[in-house]
Amino acid sequence: MAIITEKDLQATYDVIVVGSGAGGGQSAYTLTMNGVKVLMLEAGRNYDPVTETPMFQSRADAPLRAMSTKEKPFGFHDATVDGGWEVPGEPYTQASTDPKQRFDWWRSRMLGGRTNHWGRISLRNGPYDFKPYSRDGLGFDWPLSYDDVAPYYDKVEMLVGVYGSNEGLENTPDSPNGTLLPAPKARAGELYVKKHVAKFGIPVIPIHRAILSTRQDHVNFPARLHPNNPKAQKIIAKAMQERAACFWATDCGRGCSIKANYQSTTVHLPPAHATGNLDILCNAHAREVTVGTDGKANGVIYIDKVTGQERAVKGRAVILAASSGETARILLNSKSNRFPNGLANGSGLVGKYIMDTVGAGLGGSVPAFENLPVHNEEGAGTHVYIPWWLYKDASKLGFARGYHIEFGTGRRMPGLGTGGASPGYGKSYKEEVRQKYGAGIGFSGRGEMIPNENSFCELDPTVKDKWGIPVLRFHWKWSEHETKQAAHMEATFAMMIDAIGGKARNPQADGSKAIDTGGRIIHEVGGAIMGADAKKSVTNQWNQCWEVPNVLLNDGSAFCSNADKNPTLTIMALAWRATDHLIEEMRKGNL
Amino acid sequence: MENIPADNSGQIDRRMALKWIGAAAAAAAVFPHASAQDKLPRPAATPTGQRIGTDPVLNKNYVPGDLWPLTLTPKQRKAAASLTDLIMPPDNPGDKLPSQLGVQEFIDEWISSPYDETSKDRPVITEGLDWLDAEAQRRFQKDFADLAEAQKCAIADDICGKTPVKKEFKSAQNFFGRFRYLAASGYYTTPQGWKDVGYVGNVPTVNFDGPTPEALKHLGLA
Repeated sequence: MAIITEKDLQATYDVIVVGSGAGGGQSAYTLTMNGVKVLMLEAGRNYDPVTETPMFQSRADAPLRAMSTKEKPFGFHDATVDGGWEVPGEPYTQASTDPKQRFDWWRSRMLGGRTNHWGRISLRNGPYDFKPYSRDGLGFDWPLSYDDVAPYYDKVEMLVGVYGSNEGLENTPDSPNGTLLPAPKARAGELYVKKHVAKFGIPVIPIHRAILSTRQDHVNFPARLHPNNPKAQKIIAKAMQERAACFWATDCGRGCSIKANYQSTTVHLPPAHATGNLDILCNAHAREVTVGTDGKANGVIYIDKVTGQERAVKGRAVILAASSGETARILLNSKSNRFPNGLANGSGLVGKYIMDTVGAGLGGSVPAFENLPVHNEEGAGTHVYIPWWLYKDASKLGFARGYHIEFGTGRRMPGLGTGGASPGYGKSYKEEVRQKYGAGIGFSGRGEMIPNENSFCELDPTVKDKWGIPVLRFHWKWSEHETKQAAHMEATFAMMIDAIGGKARNPQADGSKAIDTGGRIIHEVGGAIMGADAKKSVTNQWNQCWEVPNVLLNDGSAFCSNADKNPTLTIMALAWRATDHLIEEMRKGNL
Repeated sequence: MENIPADNSGQIDRRMALKWIGAAAAAAAVFPHASAQDKLPRPAATPTGQRIGTDPVLNKNYVPGDLWPLTLTPKQRKAAASLTDLIMPPDNPGDKLPSQLGVQEFIDEWISSPYDETSKDRPVITEGLDWLDAEAQRRFQKDFADLAEAQKCAIADDICGKTPVKKEFKSAQNFFGRFRYLAASGYYTTPQGWKDVGYVGNVPTVNFDGPTPEALKHLGLA
């Protein structure tokens, strides 16, 4: 990795990219493959999945059997280091003490950011998802359409490697032939659910995930990704050959030392580095974007976290991809005479309309799964899912938009609590543990939240982080669209558990109780929404700030809706598209 | 927001210290039914405050005691080992006893660690193990680990909850439930425990074959 220290910094760069996750990784990749000189600033430490991933450790090898702790919220072996709901020395605040108005903000201070830990679910937004206002009068239409983004979805899927299938379902786009990698087989329990919920018209289909079920087509993909760019083709062909196919063991959330799944650190950054056009400075926490007398951005001020000192770097353009909350924070903290309310905030919309995903879950025990003949059910995490299936019933549901369902069954790696619920002791106890192990199911709904006026972030007037930088204060409120949707999820889960002869644990009829706390699904987007009108949005369709065209927001901050589809694939597709446009504008001399 | 001090190794932060004081105060109420003479001196609670931290080395194998000092006295540890073996006796020839796999050391690691979720088990487990030996002495004049199998079962049957538990054993039942939860968690997370419970994953394979014909047949899908 092209990790540099401060003394190696160049006097100036073509583009400074803040953040190294999905948006920053994609931006740096696209820029450097086109010969643009890039400095990437990462607030966390350098991190190398090839040498640091605990690939085969059992939970018995971890302290406390890998229990979830405040420091390692997804368990000891999860890839995230220096991240979580709380980051030491870097607080954020809540505007309300009402637990229903909380927003929990996940941050990941490490190279690769949140791409090191995520479900790798890579669903395309469909045509409806870019025009939600036109369909039901709520929220905002995007200033672009599915057709504008589709070519970039194609490219991202080829670049990162996505398994899945084409099912031809409504608003659930197919990919061009030869783009997706083969979907892994469904597990026994998944097939059982599929059979028994078909009568409700609920489809169970292969999910799309950024995991190499086979190796990538390193012969044909490079030319499709980078036409007329032989150097880029050569670099990405080599990088693709350095990735192995999944060997169907160890949890993807730990990271992947054989590069079979997508992490920015194993997929975007190595080829970007190979171009010779990328410098990465870690432990560099961006505080603000600086502006020249011409009103354009000309660099970034950051805190060197090792020395605690403030530093400045120069660039012709700046791409913020720091996570939507952090990007909003940087803009709000970039105050100057010309931009007294923060950079690109003439509309007053920076920090507004933050969204997460609607989440609710329900588990149950399933006697039919007991004593299933033993076989390896590990696979690669999620193999199948249920896409939203009630588009035709939109007017009858009592809430707008919809959700998809992820679920898990089977005998997976034992953890804390395995065997803990059975009664007695001795041989009969152990027999019951064997009988019940894996005989359960868990459903999770992931649904669309509509942007609202009550969900936003702003600078806290008094609280600062350990570097003296003002922190974010969150305001949050779900609308009835979301809480009713959560109640619908619970009822659907209970219906499905019943249909497979199972017993549900405590279905929650009150959606406001069933719904997860804001931010808990870690799909935070918005805060600097894009639009067609400079007065009503922060960026144009190219993620370009209306008021400062050489600043791009290439993470989820420019999202003006948050479809049920997990945002990462769309962040990457839009980052690629916006970066192509930036390169073009720089070539034309427009910036 | 509550924040974890950036550098807290070797010292207890104020919030954790308050929690420990609270836990120690709560401990007195854990075994209200135990008579005063049954109570043996408890080990001094001397947590160092050492936590896992936000950036531990992940691809390294840890053993109990690596991160914080353990709590159980040799006598308590012996009782704990004996009880894990009673709860989960080996079924297959060649299998080790849970105590040979260090399950009691995991339980010790758990109760010795400075987390909300774990520290509340500390008085439950230490006092419970003391009660177990005291009860064994009362009934059979030996420590629990030295009892015959049938004698161990006589005590366990009274507190395991499979049949209605008498009022005087309610605290012991609570102890047994937590102990079993921890013992099972400790055991089934080991490679022997995996095999025992029917987990055969975590093995690299070229292809993911999906369900076997037998599994499909079991579910009426073949």
